[in-house]
Amino acid sequence: MAENNTHLKPSKPPIWNDPKYRSLFFQALLMFGLGLFIYTIVQNTLTNMEARGISTGFAFMSEKSGFDILQSLIPFNSDSTYGRTFIVGILNTLLVSALGIFFATILGFLIGVARLSNNWLLSKIATVYIETFRNIPLLIQIFFWYIVVLRAMPSARNSHSLFDSFFLNVRGLYLPAPVTESGFIYTVITFIIALIAVFILKNWAKKRQEATGQPFPVLLTSLGLLILAPLLVFLVTGSPLTWDVPVLKGFNFKGGISVIPELFALLLALTIYTAAFIAEIVRSGIKAVSHGQTEAALSLGLTPSQTLRFVVIPQAMRVIIPPMTSQYLNLLKNSSLATAIGYPDLVSVFMGTTLNQTGQAVEIIMMTMTVYLTFSLLISAFMNWYNAKMALTER
Amino acid sequence: MSEANKQTDQKFALQMINVNKWYGDFHVLKDINLDVTQGERIVICGPSGSGKSTVIRCINHLEEHQQGQIIVDGIEITGDVKQLEKLRTDVGMCFQHFNLFPHLSILDNLTLAPRWVKKIPKAEAEATAMKYLERVKIPDQANKFPGQLSGGQQQRVAIARSLCMDPKVMLFDEPTSALDPEMISEVLDVMIELADEGGMTMLCVTHEMGFAKQVADRVIFMDAGQIIEENTPNEFFNNPQSERTQLFLSQIIAH
Repeated sequence: MAENNTHLKPSKPPIWNDPKYRSLFFQALLMFGLGLFIYTIVQNTLTNMEARGISTGFAFMSEKSGFDILQSLIPFNSDSTYGRTFIVGILNTLLVSALGIFFATILGFLIGVARLSNNWLLSKIATVYIETFRNIPLLIQIFFWYIVVLRAMPSARNSHSLFDSFFLNVRGLYLPAPVTESGFIYTVITFIIALIAVFILKNWAKKRQEATGQPFPVLLTSLGLLILAPLLVFLVTGSPLTWDVPVLKGFNFKGGISVIPELFALLLALTIYTAAFIAEIVRSGIKAVSHGQTEAALSLGLTPSQTLRFVVIPQAMRVIIPPMTSQYLNLLKNSSLATAIGYPDLVSVFMGTTLNQTGQAVEIIMMTMTVYLTFSLLISAFMNWYNAKMALTER
Repeated sequence: MSEANKQTDQKFALQMINVNKWYGDFHVLKDINLDVTQGERIVICGPSGSGKSTVIRCINHLEEHQQGQIIVDGIEITGDVKQLEKLRTDVGMCFQHFNLFPHLSILDNLTLAPRWVKKIPKAEAEATAMKYLERVKIPDQANKFPGQLSGGQQQRVAIARSLCMDPKVMLFDEPTSALDPEMISEVLDVMIELADEGGMTMLCVTHEMGFAKQVADRVIFMDAGQIIEENTPNEFFNNPQSERTQLFLSQIIAH
C-alpha cells in the first residue's frame, strides 16, 4: 500500500467545481459583458451623431475662438484658436492647484501641530478651525470668499492698502512686481553658488558629525549663506532691482502683479478647506507614533527637538504621506469648482465656453477627463516614489 | 541644601525624600522615602497599580512628582531642561515594551543617543555599540531591524542601548512582563551578569522572585502608593512582616 501511495497525486474536483477554472470562467464572462457594453455605447453615440449631422474629430482645435479669457499665463486674445483655450485652461488649473497644494501643506502642518500643542488656546483655535472648515461644503466656501468677502471690497479708489504698495479692492489683489535690471544676474548666480555651497556644507557637516561627533548648525549657516551672500552681491552691484508698484490710474490700478478676485477666492477656499484635512492627517500621523517612542528617546537624553527629528517625524511621515496624496488629488480635482465663480480654469474655459461654441462635447469632455486623469496619476506616482523613499525597511 | 545633606549625598546614588504624586485626585505615591547607595541592587515588587512603575518613572522625570525631593547623584531633580538631559544620560531605563526605534537598525538604535547627545564620533559609537551587543550576546543582529528580532532579543538590545550611554543608575520597568516564558531567562541572564559585574546601581520593578533572590541587595514591597516593607531578600521572602506582604507572596508562590 505504502509503495502505491508514493505515486498518488492529490485527487482533483470536477472541472466545474474547481475554483481555478470557475474564476477563469467568470472573468471571461465579465470581460465579454464589459466589451459588449462599451461597444454598444460607442456605436450608439456614433450613429446618433451621424444622424444629427454632428461632425466628429479635432478639426475645431485650430479654429479661431473669438472670445477673451479673464486670466491667461500665455498670450491669448479673441483671435487665438480653440486649441489655445485648452492650454490656457490647463495652465490656469495648474496654477491654482500648485499654489493651493503649496499653501495648504504649510497651513495644514502648522494647524496640525498647533492642535497637538500643550497651549490650551492654540489647540482650541486649531480645533475650531478644523471642525469649521472641514464641515462646510467647498462650493459654499468658494462662494463665501468670492461673494461675501471679495465682492464686498471697496472700489479701486477706496482700496485697502498696505504700505501704499499692496492694494485690495473689488477688482482683485494688487502686488508690486519685481523688475530686474542688467546687474541682477550676478545676484542670481551668487544664489545658485550659495545653494551648491549649502549642499556641500550639508555633506561635510554630516561627515564631520560622524567623524568627531560635533554637530554643525547647518540650518542656520545655510540660511545665512542663502540670504546674506546674494544680498551682499546685490548691494555691491548697486541694487539692480526695482519694484513696479501698482498705481491707481483712472478707474483701476496699473502695473505690478494683479490677482483677479476669482483666483484669489478660489485659492483661499481650496487652501483653507484642504488645510483642515491635512491638519488632521498630520495630527493623526504624529499621534500614531506611540508615546513609548518619545519616552525611550527622552530617557536616552535626547532633547525634545532631537526626539522629534530622529524618532517621531521619520515614523509619522510614513503614516502621513499616503492620505496626503489623496488630499493633493482632491485639491486638483476640486479646483474644477472654479467654474462656479468664473475663474478660467480648464473646466470653465474649455469644457464651458469652448464646448458651448463648438458643440464638440464628446471630444472636449474626453480631453478634459484625460487631463485630470493624467495629472492625478502624475501626483500619485510622485507621492508613491516619495513614500517608498521615506518608508525605510522595517523588517 | 544644608552642609550635612551634601555629605550624605555623596554616598547615595539616589534619594527620594517624602515624594508625593497625584494623578488628578488619585494619590499615586504617598510619602515615598528611599535611599539607594552606589552600586546597590534593588527589586521593587507589589500588586499592579501600587505605584512601583511610577516611582521608577519619577526618577528620570518621565513623570513629575508634586511634593518632596528626588536627588540623583547629589543633584535634585527640578525639571530644568538642561539638567534633565544630564540626568537622563546618567540614568538608563528599560521599558516593559522595549520601545526600540522601529525605523532604525539595531546598530543605529544603539548609536543614536551617543552620537547626538554625547557627541561621540560615529565609528567610536559603533565600536561601543558592538561591545555592548556582544555583552548581551547578539552582535550578529547589528544590521537587522527591531521588527526582525524576538521579544527577548529586543529587550536585550534595549538594555544594550541604555548601557551605551554609560549610565550610573539603571532602571528596569518590568523588563520581562511582555515576554514569552522561554525568553524571560535570556533577559534575566543578561541582567544578572550586569549585576554581578558590580558598580552599577540598579532598580528593577519585577515579579521575577528568583531574580530578586539571586541578585537583589534589598527588596521593596509597595502597595497603594506606599512602601509597605523593605528588607534583604532572605528576610523578605522567609520572614515577611506585614500581612499585605504575606498575602502577596502567598499568591505569587501559589502559581
